[in-house]
Amino acid sequence: MDNFVYFFTFQDLSILYVVIGIILLGIGSAYVGTYSFLDKKALLGDAISHAVLPGICLGFILAGEKNPVYIVTGAFISGGIATFLTSWLKKNTKLSEDAIIASILSVFFGFGIVLLTVIQKSGNPEMAGLNHFIFGNAIAILEEDLWIYGGLAVIIILSLTIFQKEFSLLVFNSDYGKAIGYPMEIIRFAFNVLMILSVVIGIQAIGVVLMAALLITPGAAARFWTDNLSKLLLLAALFAVVSGIAGTYISFVLPQMPTGPWVVVSLSFIALISFLFAPKKGTITRYFSRNQYLKKTNNEHLLKALYKNRELGQRMLTIENIYELYPYQKKEIKHSIEFLFKEGLILKNQNFISLTDYGIHEAKRVVRLHRLWETYLTEYMNIAPDHVHDSAEKLEHIITPELEAQLEKRLNFPQLDPHQENIPRD
Amino acid sequence: MSFDQNAFLIILTGSLIAISCGLLGVFMMLRKMAMTGDAISHAVLPGIVIGFFVAGSQRGLEVIIGAGILGIIATLIIDWLRKKARVQLDASIGITFTLLFAIGIILINLFAYNVDLDQECVLYGEIAYLPIDLWVTGSGTILGPRITYLAVLNFTLVAGFIYFFFKELTLTSFDESFGSVMGIPSKGINLALMSMVSYTTVSSFEAVGAILVVALLVVPPATAFLWTKNLMPLIKLTTILGIGISILGYYLAYLFDSSIAGMMVTVAGVLFLLSALIKGRSSKSAGTSMANI
Repeated sequence: MDNFVYFFTFQDLSILYVVIGIILLGIGSAYVGTYSFLDKKALLGDAISHAVLPGICLGFILAGEKNPVYIVTGAFISGGIATFLTSWLKKNTKLSEDAIIASILSVFFGFGIVLLTVIQKSGNPEMAGLNHFIFGNAIAILEEDLWIYGGLAVIIILSLTIFQKEFSLLVFNSDYGKAIGYPMEIIRFAFNVLMILSVVIGIQAIGVVLMAALLITPGAAARFWTDNLSKLLLLAALFAVVSGIAGTYISFVLPQMPTGPWVVVSLSFIALISFLFAPKKGTITRYFSRNQYLKKTNNEHLLKALYKNRELGQRMLTIENIYELYPYQKKEIKHSIEFLFKEGLILKNQNFISLTDYGIHEAKRVVRLHRLWETYLTEYMNIAPDHVHDSAEKLEHIITPELEAQLEKRLNFPQLDPHQENIPRD
Repeated sequence: MSFDQNAFLIILTGSLIAISCGLLGVFMMLRKMAMTGDAISHAVLPGIVIGFFVAGSQRGLEVIIGAGILGIIATLIIDWLRKKARVQLDASIGITFTLLFAIGIILINLFAYNVDLDQECVLYGEIAYLPIDLWVTGSGTILGPRITYLAVLNFTLVAGFIYFFFKELTLTSFDESFGSVMGIPSKGINLALMSMVSYTTVSSFEAVGAILVVALLVVPPATAFLWTKNLMPLIKLTTILGIGISILGYYLAYLFDSSIAGMMVTVAGVLFLLSALIKGRSSKSAGTSMANI
């Protein structure tokens, strides 16, 4: 608890620096990552983040110490070479994209490990700091590092905000952009540069192996909550920042714990919640709304069946009659009867079921929509009357009162449907 | 140069691992699942750590079982994300492997004081220690390097798997629906292939490390694919590449005094890029534009 207060009141200036760094980094990589997610190039980020390792090692060898300028430059160059090779191979060979990305990623990483062992055997005392680049250690970020990483992050955020229109064109409809005169090749180049930069600034805090998560997961999770690009970017940034701070806090409390894995675990947790519970798109939400819809259809079908019998002069049906009408759906029908009874739409008299006045009103509405839609299909779409039933069977549950009013007006309040049945109105 | 038994053993083991990975990799690549292979090799990490913790050493069967289970779990999570949660495939792969890998690293750090397993060993592996890591029976007889035995076993199982299921693997790789019509359980074959990949990852991680397994899984088949499009030559070329990579990798690592596994991958990468340069559609490469970077 003391740790918690100490950490979040920022009494220690170095903690404040680290948190600022993580916030900038989170926003920057979430922005870039969301765009590349929308561009369906999420795994390119993974390739780049593995591919910066040899650059980091070369930068270290050249500088002889953990100098942020050398390391950032080295990482940027090897990330750039990897990106270039990826698209060159894609253009000039018949290999599939995933094989190319997996090859580039593992070859660069392997070469990085060769360099890492060379450094290890050289016995440079600063070597220990290099391991932080593999799994990340946000706490190890120093003030001088912050100026470089933070500055680059600000550049990324600003460029993506200012040129939002250009970059959205790139990911949503690059051909259209070209047609209306935007230099799409330059925009793609700029975007790749930003992507490499965002990986480069993340490696110190998150590490090369897991940096991909900071690019991919926030966008993928945020996509479940909104369809609006600006909101998507903000939400992705928020997710990244929250998990970034959580990971940093854990590394602060348990110093031997690397930051990267905890950032990834908290990010994935947020993502899981989004996948399951996000309104409209979440798996569980979708499951419930589908169930609800199925129940509604069953209820309305039952009402319709009762009403049609009424038209034939039978005021009530036995439960067995109803079961016969809908074979294989005994359980669902039982639920529907109970529900309609509770809502006051039907009356149960021992085994006999009949509609209440309110039930008649509701049943009329469903039957009316069904028959109006059939009439519309035959009159306006010229579909034969014996082909319209199936479509009406689906649409009767969906047509809104506004649509109904329009249909009535278009069809001039018809009395009979194409099967010469009465269209009931109150 | 006189016969160096250690060098021979290391090269033999390296070749066996490279061939096992390459053989599986050919089919992974044909199914456009190279990145799934990458994901699996990252994702088995928590399984390795838990198995290690349960068994108390990395020799236990628990480690292999743990990794196998995790490999299958990873495939299932990717599938669930893609089909049920409707996340696009590349993002599903990225999310799954980063999460499982992160859990693995956290577990290593939690158990760090209890078990003799460090993250570097799991990640990079060190085949150079092979000659001193001997398999000693209860009665004290020294049978030879343990990892070589593991590699031989792994190679036998992989080769057997591919030999006996060759028809099924080929059919489902090229035309899944036709395979289903022929009565081949394509889902089962797929899961079996994924389990073999997980098992190979675990069996090799001590020698070449979890991440470098990916390179051996993907790069030799991709290189071979640049030279031929027929399945049998593809398999043969991949095998030859596997042997060549480990011989060259060993001597270059010896020369530069560096990680043997890393050098094997570097050699594989150089061969891959050279092949791409020679066999790539050179006519078009003149027009490579700025947008490539």
